[in-house]
Amino acid sequence: MNKQILGGFYTGATAFAVILIFLIVAIILFDILRGGLAKLSWEFLTQPPREGMTEGGIFPAIYGTVVLVILMSIVGLPFGIITAIYLSEYTTAQSRFARAVRFAVSNLASVPSIVFGLFGLGFFVQFIGAGLDAAFALEDEVIWGKPALIWAAATLALLTLPVTIVSVEEALRNVPREYREASHALGATKWQTIWHTVLPNAVSGILTGAILAVSRGAGEVAPLLFTGAAFFLPKLPNSLDDQFMHLGYHLYVLATQSVNVELTLPLQYSTTLVLLVLTFTLNLTAILIRYRLRSQFSL
Amino acid sequence: MPIMQLQSTTSARAERIDFLMRAIILVVATIALSMIFLIFIFTFKEAKDVFFDAETRHEVLPTLFSTNWQPISDSPKYGIIPLLIGTLKTTLIAMVIAVPIGVLAAIYTSCFSPIWFKELIKPVVELLAGFPSVVIGFFALFVLAGFLQSLTGAESRLNALVAGVAMSLTAIPIIFTISEDALSAVPKSIQEASYGLGATKWETAFYITFPTAYPGIFAATILGFGRTIGETLIVLMASGNAAISSWSLIDSARTLTATIGAEMAEVVFGDPHYNVLFLIGTALFLFALILNSIAEFYIKERLMKKFRGS
Repeated sequence: MNKQILGGFYTGATAFAVILIFLIVAIILFDILRGGLAKLSWEFLTQPPREGMTEGGIFPAIYGTVVLVILMSIVGLPFGIITAIYLSEYTTAQSRFARAVRFAVSNLASVPSIVFGLFGLGFFVQFIGAGLDAAFALEDEVIWGKPALIWAAATLALLTLPVTIVSVEEALRNVPREYREASHALGATKWQTIWHTVLPNAVSGILTGAILAVSRGAGEVAPLLFTGAAFFLPKLPNSLDDQFMHLGYHLYVLATQSVNVELTLPLQYSTTLVLLVLTFTLNLTAILIRYRLRSQFSL
Repeated sequence: MPIMQLQSTTSARAERIDFLMRAIILVVATIALSMIFLIFIFTFKEAKDVFFDAETRHEVLPTLFSTNWQPISDSPKYGIIPLLIGTLKTTLIAMVIAVPIGVLAAIYTSCFSPIWFKELIKPVVELLAGFPSVVIGFFALFVLAGFLQSLTGAESRLNALVAGVAMSLTAIPIIFTISEDALSAVPKSIQEASYGLGATKWETAFYITFPTAYPGIFAATILGFGRTIGETLIVLMASGNAAISSWSLIDSARTLTATIGAEMAEVVFGDPHYNVLFLIGTALFLFALILNSIAEFYIKERLMKKFRGS
């Protein structure tokens, strides 16, 4: 009897923890949906901010975020995917080198995002950027040696590198070894095997990994604080060395630095909602691909 | 012999492509991997003046371990003690909340949950993990802060407690996911042996599965801890940002990460203040490395040994 009570208590406590997580998620979602839908409109999505950001929309921030995410993917994903191919196909899992690299990658994944921001400032802006200026720009002109879209994208690309490497490598390792052996037995070279056999079979897994990495980068604000995000810009960025507005940064600025919080609160809620929709759409796509993948392999 | 010739040229071409691709992949992978080391080199490069530049050293070191963080004044003081206290306070609050919730929920999911419910729990946790931290910070700033203030009667609306509670929300998914993996990795034979001896489901879960998976759960806790220390946006938005040396949970606090986030944009390049912020960044970087190494080695050594039964 005593044992049953104890058992009930233990089981109940664990179930309670799960319910608590559900509750937390529900409360946050409910609050943001309720607050966010009130102000959400076509104008809000397509207009720039007005009246010192107390009126108008967030189009430049949406534009900046999307451009940043696309640039980040162009800069980062090839590096991540190729590194994963290298790790999975050109090294053996037991080799000392592969283990060391995997250790470095997992360490990189645990480095705080603000440190990536520091690195972006120190390496991209002040080393590469200022270096480019010193080499090519007319005297004392600053083109690349300042926070800019391209440096923010490069910083985020680096931040998402470990996510890409780890998940793509797993996708590649899920391709049965027999496929490779069969291909080699037919006389295919290593690259032919990778290109015609391994990659086609891993494509959904690679896609999932890529999307997960992108969605991680899309919501990240800390590294942008000093690599290129701007408080307010009168025009949209149209060159790689421009600064840009960003949904998350916009939210941060409105929430912490606006003079009249009451007035801008509805705007902040709607901005949050848009940011959430953006990152969740990416995540959801990844989850859906993964489910399809799972049923495909179980068939 | 035109056909033979054709074959040999195509295979020679294939081999050339093979060689070329191998070289390209090697170069790209090397660049990506060297970035990992560059991160360390460049954060340290900007921080090193604190120790190696006589003038900077003279300005920074005497006050570095004092309790005053006043980098922008006539006689700047770079005391990191209040920042350390703030970081420790918020992180500990977050862990005290996140570890029990994360681990208990993982036990439920791995040991008690019916399969259909498990399929629901995981996406919900992923959803929680998918909230950008600026969104959590926003929620903490406008909803959680008011709620906690009415609960504790805190003087300042934004304080270490608000930030800590909000940060726990980012740690829960990590702790849950890794713990759940560790619990599910426990060989079924061990649990079946326990059932065979007449143990109930919860006895097996708490006395057999949980202790066996303990190294993995420990690693989960360490990684959650590391993640919480590195959290920036939430503390920037919800902690009150006052660099005071107080251990009270409902006083405002300022963390190491928030200091970098708030001050780096306005700092003068090459200034001692700039160097000190990079020094803090280097410290955070090293700390993340240490925590990650502990988690990695602990989990690999201990867990593997346990499963092999030695």
